[in-house]
Amino acid sequence: MRTLFFLLQKEFRQILRDRIILAMILIMPTMQLILLPLAANYEVRHIGVSIVDHDRSAASQQLVRKITSTDYFNLVRYTSSYPEAFALIESNQTDVILEIPVGFERGLVRENEQSLFISTNAINGVKANIGAAYLNRIVMDFNADLRTELLSDAKGRVQPLIDVRTIDRFNPHLLYHVFMVPGILALLLTMISVYLSALNIVKEKELGTIEQINVTPITRLQFISGKLIPFWLLGFVTLTIGLLVARFVYGIVPEGNIALIYLFSGVYLTAVLGLGLLISTVAETQQQAMFVAFFFMMIFIMMGGLFTSIESMPQWAQWLTYLNPVRYIIEVMRLVILKGAGFSEIRFHFLVIAGMAILLNSWAVLKYRKMA
Amino acid sequence: MTTKPIISVHGLTKTFGSFTAVDAISFDVAPGEIFGFLGANGAGKTTAMKMLCGLLSPTSGQARVAGFDLSTQTEDVKRRIGYMSQKFSLYEDLTVAENIQFYGGIYGLTLAEIKHKSIALATELGLTLEMNKLVRSLPLGWKQKIAFSVALLHDPAIVFLDEPTGGVDPVTRRQFWDLIYAAAHRGVTLFVTTHYMDEAEYCHRVSIMVDGAIKALDTPHALRKQFGVASMDEVFTLLARGAQRSAD
Repeated sequence: MRTLFFLLQKEFRQILRDRIILAMILIMPTMQLILLPLAANYEVRHIGVSIVDHDRSAASQQLVRKITSTDYFNLVRYTSSYPEAFALIESNQTDVILEIPVGFERGLVRENEQSLFISTNAINGVKANIGAAYLNRIVMDFNADLRTELLSDAKGRVQPLIDVRTIDRFNPHLLYHVFMVPGILALLLTMISVYLSALNIVKEKELGTIEQINVTPITRLQFISGKLIPFWLLGFVTLTIGLLVARFVYGIVPEGNIALIYLFSGVYLTAVLGLGLLISTVAETQQQAMFVAFFFMMIFIMMGGLFTSIESMPQWAQWLTYLNPVRYIIEVMRLVILKGAGFSEIRFHFLVIAGMAILLNSWAVLKYRKMA
Repeated sequence: MTTKPIISVHGLTKTFGSFTAVDAISFDVAPGEIFGFLGANGAGKTTAMKMLCGLLSPTSGQARVAGFDLSTQTEDVKRRIGYMSQKFSLYEDLTVAENIQFYGGIYGLTLAEIKHKSIALATELGLTLEMNKLVRSLPLGWKQKIAFSVALLHDPAIVFLDEPTGGVDPVTRRQFWDLIYAAAHRGVTLFVTTHYMDEAEYCHRVSIMVDGAIKALDTPHALRKQFGVASMDEVFTLLARGAQRSAD
């Protein structure tokens, strides 16, 4: 215990003297949490649409009005020449072309069937896809309106149409940052912990001070605890700052028990710090440690469910995400902060992360050798 | 030697794959002795010393250090030895006093003992005004003297010094050796590697390693006589010339 006290005292003195580490812990999360949720927005608006209208009928005019009345679309060009519209795609001025064929109105009325042609500029694949999807939805909507109108006129009864209405529970206004903030906070917590712990021991290796430690009677457990505890506590500082930013900048008040967030984060931090320590026992230089940590962080971030939804990944990738600790904390953050989940709902997450914490730290203690 | 040796090495060997870094070395060191451990770069000095400090496990052979078996009682050995590595071993971002407190603390000294030792050390080295300065800001020679004093903090039976005066000016080297003599006078055994042959002359006994084996071991005086030369420098050159390994 005494030994641990001296180890912790030394570690805190060094951390508090290091301005860059302090900035990483205090300022970086604040800035990123204010900046990123506003910038990283998936909602696509102002899609440039060009409409090639070969029909020029009342029905086609009505459709055009319907499309341009939303702020999802900006009408770039209204024309009757497809090559002209296509040139706009080539010069990157329009994202989507909607082609309305000749006889659109007549076909709708007589044959009760009509096709439209949508071409998209797939260079910005996301925007084009979303544009096409929005456009589809508007056309379907238009179609439904028309059917109601026409059919009720002709036969006096309305054909039943299934109307899907979405209610977004737990984020009623579908505000993007409400969804992003807990996720980004989870990522920050992971990044800071993995990097700081990985670099710390390697730095002692590079400086040679680790040799001096290794000739002392310090045990492996004492040494690893001395490295883990300070960063564990600093993780809570980052978490607290993050929750305060969420509360006072974004007005996100956790629906669930805040103690549950801290409890889970405590276990989570132990797990990711264990990973950092494990990296540091393998790497010989800080560059090596950075690259290895970066490799893991890339996978963790890309497959964590924040930027790509896990449900839309191929099955094998979905299985892989079960090994990704970030997946669990992002889910838990969202469940507890947005949905107000209790312990029973995050029990699975809790057990998996506790398992990872035990596994990674035991591995790190075993790998750390005082003797080569 | 009439007293029981404090370091006793028999056939100590370290191989890395097919490379034999240290080849079955054997020697004894008496308590209170200043033992010079010489050899060209790559001769295996540092490897041998790391084994004796418990930083590397020997491939074969036995050694007793400070009364404990090196292979089975490594942690007991560590409590009884001090070590000053080739790389600088104090924390540059801590003050002198904080370094003393840290190393004293992990060797199990009480806060009162640490305080007492800090004052004694500051007086001995004339560093009373520098105690609260960051180690980073001190000149190399001072750092080395502090590092040596820190290695002595827990009153070890033996202190291992791996090229302690590398890159230090001659005046400071002389002062450093005064500290070594003072420690030896108090009964501490000193095990020193060095590349400076004038320092070899200061040692009670000197061993010279060539290609992983000890080629000569005696007092500097006896070695000069044995090889019929006037200085340790010439002894060393005669022996090292036969080396097969290139310097690392």
